Amino acid sequence: MSEIEAAPDTADTARELLFGDRWEYAPAPQSADHVRLADRYGAFIGGEFHEADDYFPSISPATEETLAEVGRATEATVDRAVNAARRAYDSHWRDLPGSERAKYIFRIGRMIKEKSREFAVLESMDGGKPIRESRDMDIPLVAAHFFHYAGWADKLEYALPGPGRPRPLGVCGQIIPWNFPLLMAAWKIAPALATGNTVVLKPAETTPLTAIKLAEIMQEAGLPPGVVNIVHGAGDVGAAIVEHDDVDKVAFTGSTSVGKQIQKQLAGSKKRLTLELGGKGANIIFEDAPIDQAVEGIVDGIYFNQGHVCCAGSRLLVQESVADEVIQKLRHRISTLRVGHPLDKNTDIGAINSKQQLEKIRRLVDVGEKEGAEKYQPECDLPDRGFWFPPTFFTDVTQSHRIAQEEIFGPVLSVTTFRTPDEAVERANNTEYGLASGIWSDKGSKLFSISKALKNGVIWGNTFNKFDPASPFGGYKESGFGREGGVHGLLPYLNVQSQSWQPKTTPSTNGSPSTKPGNSTSTGPSPEPKADDT
Amino acid sequence: MANICRASRKDFRDAVVAAREAQEGWASRSAFNRGQILYRMGEMLESRRQAFAEELIEVVGYGREEAEAELDVAIDRLLWYAGWSDKFAQVFGTVNPVATSHFDFSVPEPTGVVAAFVPEHAPLLGLVSCMAPIVVTGNAVVLIVDNDAPTLSLDVAEVLETSDVPGGVVNVLTGHRTELREHVGGHRDVDAILSVGASAEERTVLETEGADSVTRLEFRPDRTAAEWRLEDSQSPYWMTPFVEFKTTWHPVGR
Repeated sequence: MSEIEAAPDTADTARELLFGDRWEYAPAPQSADHVRLADRYGAFIGGEFHEADDYFPSISPATEETLAEVGRATEATVDRAVNAARRAYDSHWRDLPGSERAKYIFRIGRMIKEKSREFAVLESMDGGKPIRESRDMDIPLVAAHFFHYAGWADKLEYALPGPGRPRPLGVCGQIIPWNFPLLMAAWKIAPALATGNTVVLKPAETTPLTAIKLAEIMQEAGLPPGVVNIVHGAGDVGAAIVEHDDVDKVAFTGSTSVGKQIQKQLAGSKKRLTLELGGKGANIIFEDAPIDQAVEGIVDGIYFNQGHVCCAGSRLLVQESVADEVIQKLRHRISTLRVGHPLDKNTDIGAINSKQQLEKIRRLVDVGEKEGAEKYQPECDLPDRGFWFPPTFFTDVTQSHRIAQEEIFGPVLSVTTFRTPDEAVERANNTEYGLASGIWSDKGSKLFSISKALKNGVIWGNTFNKFDPASPFGGYKESGFGREGGVHGLLPYLNVQSQSWQPKTTPSTNGSPSTKPGNSTSTGPSPEPKADDT
Repeated sequence: MANICRASRKDFRDAVVAAREAQEGWASRSAFNRGQILYRMGEMLESRRQAFAEELIEVVGYGREEAEAELDVAIDRLLWYAGWSDKFAQVFGTVNPVATSHFDFSVPEPTGVVAAFVPEHAPLLGLVSCMAPIVVTGNAVVLIVDNDAPTLSLDVAEVLETSDVPGGVVNVLTGHRTELREHVGGHRDVDAILSVGASAEERTVLETEGADSVTRLEFRPDRTAAEWRLEDSQSPYWMTPFVEFKTTWHPVGR
């Protein structure tokens, strides 16, 4: 589009402004002056940063410049981190009154708030997401998450109904992805500390820097050494954490294929596991939906955070009668999205997180074209350096197309149509994933019946991509198990009584009954659970 | 005494098909109705208590007193879980006080089709203690029985048949765990597995095979018959491993 003009008045489109390239936005850069980075950082173990033998660069995906170098952990590093976490757990953290643990967690939340601007800028520099999102969404949610779980630390006996005090598990190995680096760290660390566990965390290798700043906050907050330890590196470091004998629980957020490997790796180990994996979320637009709001919801669903969102609404299912209108409006809307430098306050779509991810997106988009789907991309100028991909959608997509089945994890939407609510449900559920979906309709009864029929852990009705520390998040089917957020987020970090009972006497092996029938209403104390008896 | 079916891989697959067909309908029953049907199971067990007591004494080798005790608790346990049907979501579901203007709530839904290796001990009560918490929330279950009293599980199946529980919701297979575990773990249409008293080997096989479809796995130790009668052998935390929490958001406004 090169003209600023009013679109012709037709029966089904209202007058609207077309935004042409005659309207230039002045740059509105967020200053990065107050971000202080050292040249290199090592692992954070036992409350101190440690030198490493080998370092790798963490680059800005928008400029490809190195921001800092980060120490690559070895098996020995992981071992030291787990030992530090074990010592901290055994020596005091597990026995510290909840109200005391709460104070540390509150303090961490408070300090994140104080430094929120620095965190937001660094998150955008290291990961490529628009400053608007890191400033208004990621970092406020991080602080809120610590505040939320700080409040739980001394209320655990009210959190899980039933007799017996829930017990922490021990040392938690936590592996997080690069799409919401600090937010995922908060989702993992806050509930683990609130429940009395200690942590070895591995951030993704492309986005380690905000977790390092978080470690500095933990030092300043006086968190006892070893309660949180942070090691860096790629999948091999994650595997070393998963395999370490002294880890009691593994929490992983990332791709479904790696999640399956971890589940397999843990077979027979008796370690507890929670998985938050991939998704291929449906965003279902009914003909009675508020269409303009729905179009905003489509944009929030798939172009938020460059589409690097496990719960993205990457499959648009639109009712046939309104499909033309929705697609037309979507086309207009995405032509106004601004792709550009993450630190520009006007940017809607920032940089793709890494070269590797950009190549994956390009490959799948090529597949989409080859399989016969119709691609639409607005014209937009992309910077010369860095990793960029314009907002994209495909029409003429069938359910068997790879772009309709595989998680692309980029700003790429596939559009299909449906006729009846039953067909919408059938299509939405026709995937191995089950993380999140959106439903757009002004009819409440329909919205709730569809919500009930969808096999998803999160349903957004007339909204999309909303998160809150009080709201449980997690998947059905191959999108994983366990919940993060709210009271449900505590259970994966605790042993409740019935999970920890052990046979009071060794059952005989021949199947014959015990000779001493016990009192069927025993009121004796529950057996003392150990950390590893899941 | 009798020739008992030694379930094969094919039997297990057929059972999963039956369970899958029945599950959605069962889950769509009202919680109250599912509770009524579990109460009815308890009543039917009560009405046959004489026959079950004789069987426990003659086949399993229980004394009279112990047989009566196991029956009492098995009936009580069915009633206990029956009562949870319309309370579980109230106790474990939440309305979430989010900071934005949204109505946000989380409710448990059944995971789907569950396979359960039931205890070797307490052939009646152990089976009931595994089945009831799985089906009351709306799952369908395939029970795998490998103990010295397999005829008893078939008598339980008869009780189920007369209790209005829809066909396919509870399926009972007798056979050898060692022969079935690989197929159970690797079956892609099994959503969750409960294994009571798994050997280290069985646990490894189930977890390895189950990982390919992110199967939910829950392991509990076996207990003696006397311990199965204890109150701490029943808990809503026998239900939580077989539900998924669904969180729904909707804007609040005018």
